[in-house]
Amino acid sequence: MFDILGPVTVGPSSSHTAGAVRIGLVCRTLLGGEVRRALITFYGSFADTYKGHGTDKAVVGGLLGFDTDNEKIKESLRIAEFRGMVYGIRTAEDIRYHPNTVVIEAAAGDRKVKVKGESTGGGSIRIAGINDFQVDAVCLLDTMVIMHRDTPGILAEMTRVFASNGYNIGNLRLSRAKRDGNAVTVVETDVPVDADTGAQIREIKGVSDVVSIPRF
Amino acid sequence: MDINSIDHILDEAAKNSQPIWQVVLSEEQKDSGMTADEIRGRVEEAYRVMKTAAVSGISSDMKSISGLTGGDAARYYNHIRNRKNVLGAASAKAMAYALATGGYNAAMGVIVAAPTAGAAGILPGVLIAAQEEYGLAERDIINALITASGIGAVIASRASISGASGGCQAECGSAAAMAAAALCEAMGCTPRQCVNAAALALKNSLGLVCDPVAGLVEVPCIKRNGIYAVLAMAAADMAMAGIESFIPPDEVIDAMFQIGMNMPPCLKETAEGGLAVTPTGLAAKRRIN
Ligand code: SF4
Repeated sequence: MFDILGPVTVGPSSSHTAGAVRIGLVCRTLLGGEVRRALITFYGSFADTYKGHGTDKAVVGGLLGFDTDNEKIKESLRIAEFRGMVYGIRTAEDIRYHPNTVVIEAAAGDRKVKVKGESTGGGSIRIAGINDFQVDAVCLLDTMVIMHRDTPGILAEMTRVFASNGYNIGNLRLSRAKRDGNAVTVVETDVPVDADTGAQIREIKGVSDVVSIPRF
Repeated sequence: MDINSIDHILDEAAKNSQPIWQVVLSEEQKDSGMTADEIRGRVEEAYRVMKTAAVSGISSDMKSISGLTGGDAARYYNHIRNRKNVLGAASAKAMAYALATGGYNAAMGVIVAAPTAGAAGILPGVLIAAQEEYGLAERDIINALITASGIGAVIASRASISGASGGCQAECGSAAAMAAAALCEAMGCTPRQCVNAAALALKNSLGLVCDPVAGLVEVPCIKRNGIYAVLAMAAADMAMAGIESFIPPDEVIDAMFQIGMNMPPCLKETAEGGLAVTPTGLAAKRRIN
């Protein structure tokens, strides 16, 4: 219902503004801290119209932790400077990409992440890439992103933890970028995963990082 | 919430002799796990945001981020205050509030996408005006918004609510259909009248293309919000008189989807056709870049 009657958001465009805020927010969540540096690359229609739609302010606002309905998004570029966040904005073309795509390379402390996000309309988004791994997360359910080594049995171990803690997995996808042994698994659950279960996943041998992204 | 036909809504309403809002509210409760009160609370909050946006959009003479637009809502509101309006009071106010919301949206104000930000003025324009003019209770307006979201959900599921995939008929057309049904609901019409109002509004938006100047949600979007708020009221008025859409609502939605599929990409938000490529449209684009 609230995807039709909503989101409550700053204008002017649900796809070019609200969706862009959400992609910035996901990036911030993945970093888990105050974003210090960000390189933002707009593609397609984002590249053509980001100034007039305030898509730059929207992404930066999301990186600063502002939700779609936060009036401060309008001033986010100035607030970023004030908070000492260094950002760069550029445009590029890739005809294989969804027309509203942004790639954000950001850092917080010693953590770095590269997120490829698509704004699919009406404020909905799809995270299509994390650190060059192809993923597919629309963030309508509670989503957990697990970075790990691609070793035999590790997936079974993860699903065992979810099951033994009583979570029903709605969707799970493991992706490998190249055969270098690293992988990302994105798990969607019907209810948020508690911190304890998250910690158990993190303890699995071969898991390097676990981040929970709350649903919108 | 996944309701995929208007017929389903009508059947449920008839089965339990319920109004549409009740059917939609039950569906949403099942789907989201929220209580009826929680859902109502969120809708009330949305309505508050709508009112703030409509009022702020009129009272301030803010410019859009691009500088292309601004001030029309204030201009029209003065026209009403001077009693120069040709439209009846309710539809004139609906147009003023819809213009105001559209302008506020273009200036990065906070709005409720309904169903999208580009078409965010139509539903609040109609409901705020109707509440003021006819003294409707807050509760009736909240119910009307719930009904509107049900109509929007069916359109999103059978067709589309995005200009990029269906043209403006999917945005302003859908918003007008939602607003027409909502107004009927608020005025105490039958479920059948509500859905016929939606069908009449959508039918008369078919073929509407998305051709925004410079790719921005400003021209023609802001004024289109104003005009389509009036269209929604006209559709609701017909339905209240007992006039029905010859083509049933679900079939009108399917027609909208099919027309959207056949619409060339240059008329679906790419700003490569229509008003966007007129000499004036192109000149405006050059000016802001
Ligand atoms: S013309 Fe396009 S951008 Fe403007 S309101 Fe209609 S669908 Fe949205």
